[in-house]
Amino acid sequence: MANATEHAADKYYVPHESPWPIYGSLTLFVFMIGLCGWLNQWYGPWVFAIGVIMLIGLFVGWFAVVINEHQHGMYNMQVDKSFRMGMLWFIFSEVMFFAAFFGALFYARTLSVPWIGGEGVKIFNKLLLFQDFNATWPTNGPAALGPRDDGSFETIPAFGLPAINTAILLLSGVTITIAHHALKEGNRKILNIFLAATFLLGFLFVGLQAYEYVHAYTELGLTLATGIYGSTFFMLTGFHGVHVTLGAIMLLVIWFRTMKGHFTPQRHFGFEAVAWYWHFVDVVWLGLFVFVYWV
Amino acid sequence: MTRHARTALSATAFAILGSLAPLAAHAEWGNLNMPVGVTVLSKEIHALHMTMFWWCVAIGVFVFGWMIWSLVAFRKSQGAKPDTTMTHSTKAEIVWTVIPVVILVIMAIPAARTLIAIEDTRNTEISIKVTGYQWKWHYDYLGEDVKFFSSLARASDEARQLGSGVNPESVENYLRDVDNPLVVPEDTKVRVLLTAQDVIHAWWVPAFGMKKDAIPGNVNELWFKVEKGKTGLYRGQCAELCGRDHGFMPIVVKVVTKDEYRTWLAGQKAGESTPADASSEPAADSSPTIAALPAAPQG
Amino acid sequence: MANTATHDHAHDHHDHKPHGLKRWLYATNHKDIGTMYLVFACVMFFLGGAMALVIRAELFQPGLQFVDPGFYNSMTTMHALLMIFGAVMPAWTGLANWMVPMQVGAPDMALPRLNNFSFWLLPFAFTLLLLTLFVPGGAPAGGWTLYPPLSLQAGDSFPLTIFAIHLMGISSILGAINVVVTILNMRAPGMGLLNMPLFCWTWLITAYLLIAVMPVLAGAVTMLLTDYFFGTSFFAASGGGDPVMFQHIFWFFGHPEVYILILPAFGVVSEIIPTFSRKPLFGYESMVYATASIAFLSFIVWAHHMFTVGMPLAGQLFFMLSTMLIAVPTGVKVFNWCATMWKGSISFETPMLFAIAFLFLFTLGGFSGLMLAIVPADFQYHDSYFVVAHFHYVLVPGAVFAIMAGVYYWLPKWTGRMYNEKIGKLHFWLSTIGVNVLFFPQHFLGLAGMPRRIPDYSTQFADWNMVSSLGASLFGFSQLLFVYVIWSAVRSGEKAADRPWEGAHGLEWELPTPAPYHSWETPPTRSVISHGAMH
Ligand code: HEA
Ligand code: HEA
Ligand code: CUA
Ligand SMILES: [Cu+2]
Repeated sequence: MANATEHAADKYYVPHESPWPIYGSLTLFVFMIGLCGWLNQWYGPWVFAIGVIMLIGLFVGWFAVVINEHQHGMYNMQVDKSFRMGMLWFIFSEVMFFAAFFGALFYARTLSVPWIGGEGVKIFNKLLLFQDFNATWPTNGPAALGPRDDGSFETIPAFGLPAINTAILLLSGVTITIAHHALKEGNRKILNIFLAATFLLGFLFVGLQAYEYVHAYTELGLTLATGIYGSTFFMLTGFHGVHVTLGAIMLLVIWFRTMKGHFTPQRHFGFEAVAWYWHFVDVVWLGLFVFVYWV
Repeated sequence: MTRHARTALSATAFAILGSLAPLAAHAEWGNLNMPVGVTVLSKEIHALHMTMFWWCVAIGVFVFGWMIWSLVAFRKSQGAKPDTTMTHSTKAEIVWTVIPVVILVIMAIPAARTLIAIEDTRNTEISIKVTGYQWKWHYDYLGEDVKFFSSLARASDEARQLGSGVNPESVENYLRDVDNPLVVPEDTKVRVLLTAQDVIHAWWVPAFGMKKDAIPGNVNELWFKVEKGKTGLYRGQCAELCGRDHGFMPIVVKVVTKDEYRTWLAGQKAGESTPADASSEPAADSSPTIAALPAAPQG
Repeated sequence: MANTATHDHAHDHHDHKPHGLKRWLYATNHKDIGTMYLVFACVMFFLGGAMALVIRAELFQPGLQFVDPGFYNSMTTMHALLMIFGAVMPAWTGLANWMVPMQVGAPDMALPRLNNFSFWLLPFAFTLLLLTLFVPGGAPAGGWTLYPPLSLQAGDSFPLTIFAIHLMGISSILGAINVVVTILNMRAPGMGLLNMPLFCWTWLITAYLLIAVMPVLAGAVTMLLTDYFFGTSFFAASGGGDPVMFQHIFWFFGHPEVYILILPAFGVVSEIIPTFSRKPLFGYESMVYATASIAFLSFIVWAHHMFTVGMPLAGQLFFMLSTMLIAVPTGVKVFNWCATMWKGSISFETPMLFAIAFLFLFTLGGFSGLMLAIVPADFQYHDSYFVVAHFHYVLVPGAVFAIMAGVYYWLPKWTGRMYNEKIGKLHFWLSTIGVNVLFFPQHFLGLAGMPRRIPDYSTQFADWNMVSSLGASLFGFSQLLFVYVIWSAVRSGEKAADRPWEGAHGLEWELPTPAPYHSWETPPTRSVISHGAMH
């Protein structure tokens, strides 16, 4: 590993041909056609389940190769930099994915809901279509969609569980930073402890979020189908939750690796990638907390 | 002819063709250009279209001319020697940034003016609610309790079926005829309030210069005022893909004199000829005051 | 350990080429992957073109002769999806794969395995999409723009379409990341960003657009999916949503998407015109800035596709003005190309012919674009054949011609063999005449009032439709010549020199012909770089 850096920057690294990419494509194909067949009720979730298993195999297998190569010092600094840049641009693409949903939220709140209510040039919406609709936020629309008969629903106040969750995620941001510093200083013990704390906080967050969802579905009349509020609420927090779960699993993997003694103070792309990802998830949550729960 | 001369000649011929071709869009040459409409707005729009067109021709003559000149004058086959020192010129680049900006501003001014006129819905005299259905239109004269559906005329509908064996040329106004046209008076500012029942449609009558989407759960507005003396039939089509029979939901507007309109309206109210409105009419009810509604505030 | 490491270094096994099927399935070589992209794109072009021929056959005469209106709509939808996501975008990625490493002095792309993953997602994605032709309810028929509520009326094809788009999106994003990283991190020492060939620059900016907007498309179609299956109401007013919101999100992707299709074309043309004018590109830096400005502006003009949805006046004015502004940087490019030819020494080989046609016909398409930007006029043009004419001019003699120009231009370097110039020129002339006969009359049709996306029309539109359909077969069948000329070059073309074009610049021409399997096993030295740039 020490000799990783000995590979001069003027020598490029081109990996051998590999079965993983095409296996990965096939995996996603099975995964998605499984999902299609399931949604279309052509067959049960079985194909999809195979896809999921293949997906797990993909991550384990492909990452094992990369980790192995890394451990054998096959990556020079240039490769390391390529990986980092790749990861940053990937995170940027994720930001844009969330941007689409935030965009939908802002558009609905500031434009389309008031327009349905007849604001400005859209006065005829009120006069001709939705006489009884009052444009307020949160709303489940003129048809008052939702699980309850009277179409009512309640929202989750920001300063309950969501605030606690905010604290949890912020704290996890601190713990991973401490772990990172410990890694750079070669203090493996602190590294291991704080990394463990980070993913535990992550899973705690997911657990609380799940609790909140159950509460919303069973008691608040707030579901995916509760009009535009329910749609934006669950899609935003839901995709975020998926990302936290993935991030926490990645942290767990990294933790196993640090326990095995992987990473050096100078070279630890895997750790950094996950840390960046974690910070990204954290920032998205702050956006959610402010715009979905609070204001 | 040498090979090079041939190449150059054909390149030139092609280039000339390329720059002349837009000219063919001029009205004189038949069914090639946007027809001039029968409303004030459509005339303004037509003028705008022609202005833009001539600007493009002018710019085209310049850039295509430049290209052709280069291609002809600097042929290697004619012994042209490249001037490799010519790599940039800040002055030239400023010029060809600034001049287009100026041209664009000149183009934008009349466009903005027309647009503002289009959006000015004050003082409308008649309001008609138009609802798109898959695949027909519903017209509702607000405040008059006159409403009916308008669908593709029978003859066209039979002819247009796959393998009908009917020659479309033999059908009068093939695909452009309806059973019940919309009837409006000339010289009257008519407001059209557009919405849809199922998917998005768009109401387009080229002679009125107006097209607007009919969107479910949303009311859009447009207006037209047909000039005095321009009575007659005006045809249009649904202009937003709305499914299988999108191509088969035409619009026909019958413009009549104010008197004829009054008579027609009275006849309708008395339950004359036009087929009774289907009972599937959506909930929205036409309150008597609605025709006199104020213009929506300008956004 | 060091042994293992060096073992994987390319320079340890010169021209070690894997063999058989594995070479393609397990590929990590940028040239092999580039080839697969290009072949795939060609197949999709023919499939999409075959669908276009179905469209044009039905429109040959008024009356319904061949297909059901629903199937006709599927053809339009699939034609557009195949052409845009299956033909043009993969062709650009294929060209990037081939050329970017060669042009920046790298042995390969930065992330070779990811590269292969990006490619192999595509055949699977399009399998999903093409499967829709065989499911109950038929292929998607709501137009490539997938506007709800219409797109939500689809049958079993619905999730297949959505997930196919997801896969295409993942493929594009990963491919784009690879290009960005290769360009930013793998340039030979001494090659500054402003020394890069314009093709690399335009692709860098394209990649940025891709990474920024493909996820937005993914978000939009995901919302469609949940509206369809899980009761959300993003696009239904009954629940407080809005069908128009989809259009905003879609076009936030969709407009930058059209520049994704054209910016690399600007790059290719910026390579070819200087070569055959035997003169450096005029205004290199302003070309870079113009490309960046176009990309920036492309993010704030999206609603020019939706002038008829009933936006507030201020919105319409804003989107009109911002759209018009794009003519300025585009004009800078056109003028720079003209100035490059000015005082040059021009010869007319096939790549140059295609580049010249691009210059004329793209500009023509740009003019009609500018007319579309004028809101009141667009009230007439919108959803008419005038729009169809506009975008085919920028896409076919624009993007597709540039791709063909690039293939003719670089083919000798790739294969070591020259194509047959005579057949190349024949292909050019047939294509250029064909494409104009095909699309020019559509301007007239649109102005005369023919809406787009209709399988049948009234008799007043008959003449020009017939002409257009004839042009379509001329143009379409001429493309068989393209396949032939490439095929015969690869099989039995004359040997090509290292620098087959007298005036060619750039690092790719410093490599031997055909280019070695691993492009630059050791980075080119500064003197090689400057030789490549100056020559
Ligand atoms: C490669 C793809 C491509 C490119 C490059 C463009 C370029 C442009 N497009 Fe186009 N467009 C499409 C692909 C493309 N478009 C597609 C696919 C659609 C339809 C989508 C659908 O609905 O299915 C569409 C639709 C479309 C519309 C919507 C029409 C409608 O549906 O009603 C509009 C409206 O503004 C528009 C405008 C423009 C403009 C202003 C440019 C500008 O970039 C053009 C700029 C270029 C020039 C102007 C020429 C060169 C400049 C000079 C020589 C300088 C001097 C000039 C002046 C000062 C004027 N386009
Ligand atoms: C890059 C994109 C691209 C390209 C290259 C093309 C290429 C062509 N397009 Fe495309 N088109 C679009 C993008 C593109 N189009 C889009 C975005 C739409 C809008 C869709 C919508 O409304 O949703 C559209 C819509 C569209 C319409 C309007 C349909 C309608 O509104 O009802 C028409 C009609 O003429 C048309 C025709 C053609 C033709 C004739 C070609 C030709 O250039 C094709 C030529 C190529 C070939 C013909 C291939 C050669 C085939 C053979 C030789 C046959 C042999 C076949 C096999 C061996 C399999 N297209
Ligand atoms: Cu109604 Cu198209
Ligand atoms: Cu656009």
